[in-house]
Amino acid sequence: MSTHTIRVFKRFERIWHWGQMAAIFTLLFTGFRIHGTYRLIDFGTAVTVHTWAAILLLLLWVFAIFWLFTTGQWRHYLPTAKNFVKVARFYAYGIFKGEDHPYRKTYRRKHNPLQALTYLLVKTVIFPAIWISGIAYLLVSFGLLDLAGANLGLEFIALVHTIAAVAIVLFIIAHIYLLTTGHSFVGHVKPMITGYDEVELSDEELAYLRSNEPDVLKR
Amino acid sequence: MASAYRRRRWSGIGSHAIAGLRHLTLVVLLSTGGAALAAAEDGVELGISEYKSTGQEHPQAPNKQRESTTDHRKLKELQGPFSSGPEVTRACLECHNTAGHQFMRNKHWTWSYQHPLTGQKLGKRVLVNNFCTNARGNEGMCAQCHAGYNMTGPDFDFGNQENIDCLVCHESTGSYYKTPTTKGNEACSIMFEGKPPIDWAAVAQSVKMPGRSNCGKCHFYGGGGDNVKHGDLSSALFDPSPAVDVHMSEASNGFTCITCHVGEGHDWAGSRYQMLVNDENHPKPGMPREVATCVSCHSDRPHPIDSVEGIKLNSHTRHVACETCHIPSIARGGVATMVDWDWRTMGKLKDGQGFKLKEYTQGDGHHRATYKSIKGDFKYAENIAPIYAWFDGTMNYTTIGIRFDPGKGPVEINSFGGSYGDPASRIYPFKRMHTTMPYDKGNNTLVYMQLWGESEGALWGNYDFAKAIAEGMANNGQPYSGEFGFVETYSYWPVNHMVAPKEQAMDCAECHAREGRLQHLGGFYMPGTGSNELLDRLGVIAVFGTLGGVLLHAIGRGVAARGRRGL
Repeated sequence: MSTHTIRVFKRFERIWHWGQMAAIFTLLFTGFRIHGTYRLIDFGTAVTVHTWAAILLLLLWVFAIFWLFTTGQWRHYLPTAKNFVKVARFYAYGIFKGEDHPYRKTYRRKHNPLQALTYLLVKTVIFPAIWISGIAYLLVSFGLLDLAGANLGLEFIALVHTIAAVAIVLFIIAHIYLLTTGHSFVGHVKPMITGYDEVELSDEELAYLRSNEPDVLKR
Repeated sequence: MASAYRRRRWSGIGSHAIAGLRHLTLVVLLSTGGAALAAAEDGVELGISEYKSTGQEHPQAPNKQRESTTDHRKLKELQGPFSSGPEVTRACLECHNTAGHQFMRNKHWTWSYQHPLTGQKLGKRVLVNNFCTNARGNEGMCAQCHAGYNMTGPDFDFGNQENIDCLVCHESTGSYYKTPTTKGNEACSIMFEGKPPIDWAAVAQSVKMPGRSNCGKCHFYGGGGDNVKHGDLSSALFDPSPAVDVHMSEASNGFTCITCHVGEGHDWAGSRYQMLVNDENHPKPGMPREVATCVSCHSDRPHPIDSVEGIKLNSHTRHVACETCHIPSIARGGVATMVDWDWRTMGKLKDGQGFKLKEYTQGDGHHRATYKSIKGDFKYAENIAPIYAWFDGTMNYTTIGIRFDPGKGPVEINSFGGSYGDPASRIYPFKRMHTTMPYDKGNNTLVYMQLWGESEGALWGNYDFAKAIAEGMANNGQPYSGEFGFVETYSYWPVNHMVAPKEQAMDCAECHAREGRLQHLGGFYMPGTGSNELLDRLGVIAVFGTLGGVLLHAIGRGVAARGRRGL
């Protein structure tokens, strides 16, 4: 076992992350305008931007889902109990004692177990809630879909959509806050920009990468 | 100073000497147009209407006309001489030998309407409104706007074709006018005297399809003055700017009334009693339909679909009438509409004479009466937002015999149904009129009043509600308890005219907002209104709770780190 700087976030992954971030911030900004939380921008503009941003994000998600499953990267999000308690204990206790983060990124698990579970829930619960309700809202309000028979009026659809949006806000708050909990904020953000991070590699992984994917290892 | 003010504001009724002066003014007005009007209003004014004639003194725009196949000036039948309206009508009917039969089925003639859905018997012959109240029994005055001659009372002969007034709708000289069919009390009749005689042959030869000025002469002046009744029908439409009415303006489309109110055989579309609010008919291209709806020309998906907003707006048409967004305000173009009438103050006299007080100055500079001895107190408004309600097109009326509970808030002279759940309903704009008016306190019904005439009960001249009601009820065979009181009433006037240019259509946020225009309409979801307060509150708690949580966590880390460094 040794620590190496390798390209842990591929180019698509980084584009996905920042594209998704831009889209989500745009959607939150315009969405809460439409909801009536504030009135900084014009309602019609908010609807237009919200709709296009949603379509772009959906497109990005189609690519992301394809990418996750064709590259096998989806395995990073599988829930695991290993080290779960350790990590949870760190955030609740150890962090106040000045302990080091107990988790080391590995080649097969670039997320700590708490992170992996959170992302899994975001991907399988919150995001589907927002895009299914969003598409339903568009179709129902355009008169292309009638769910009133199923007792799913616009009000219910909008309720689900708004609750999911609030959940995303909560996720973002926690997500950004947790960037401050390591060695440095920049240290956490940088890998998602450059792609490179320090990862524990087994000797076999190192040998494999050296012979098959040498450009993943930072020279 | 004080006396000058009085001369301007207080105008007596009943002096013949001053009437002569007024006729002089009329000549000046006719020759100089509207500019002279403001000056004329500084003089003494008589009579019951705010404008003694309707139409002619306003700037008129030419009406686009379909080219006729007949030049009526050359017809020997129309060379005259004629000495009366019925003589002209007889000449018209010689060639147009089915026109009389057609017109005798028209509401403009019958003043009667049987509602096909409610079965209610409506029309001016029976209804009570909350302006001058009842035409019935007051035909001597009100039948100025009957498209016939000699309607002096309810016993009018509706079977006599020669009493049809072809000219009021078809003449195009602008010199034709109508006066009350009976003389009335001197307090009122004076304003109709001394008009120049009608050149019957000239007006007969001028006939064309009706223009704005023909319809407008009556319809712009409903309720006793310019735009008093509707709010969206005023003299501003004789020659409107595109901003006032994008369809009727000569600078844009130059529509006449009958461009939209289409029909055949003297029967045309667009009655307020039974309205078509959900025109979803998709005819074949170019197929004519006799409906006066926006959709009949624009389709129910009128917005361009090259933008999200366009698509989104098209989906609104299933719930929102075109008029709701495209008529952002009513009483535009400088002419105010009446919004409140209080009959209780009727009958104040000055030196034993009735008077007017003109303390409202509207956008075009005219002074509007805020008090008239014969009518009471008035309030006006201009450029006002209509009110909005779900509307299924069917109007119900509180007719003369219907009992109501005066303790239950304002009586609705007309009311209507409609809801979000009804696919045939639309959110529709209305002008609402509020009036405090007399009613039968014993029977809890509306009343017929004798307003016009020379009888002892005629309100206009005698200023006595008790007598006017007793006489009005007795003359028309209505039971009356003998005791009257005053009740608040509302009437609702669907808004369809004064469509603004598309750039001035209502912004989304007029409705999609807290305290938006549709705030009072519950029962359905509309984004932007903050309608789900519980959700908003929980959302705020969740977000600030999370922020607070991470803040506490961060503070904890800071404090612990200081502790470790031994500070």
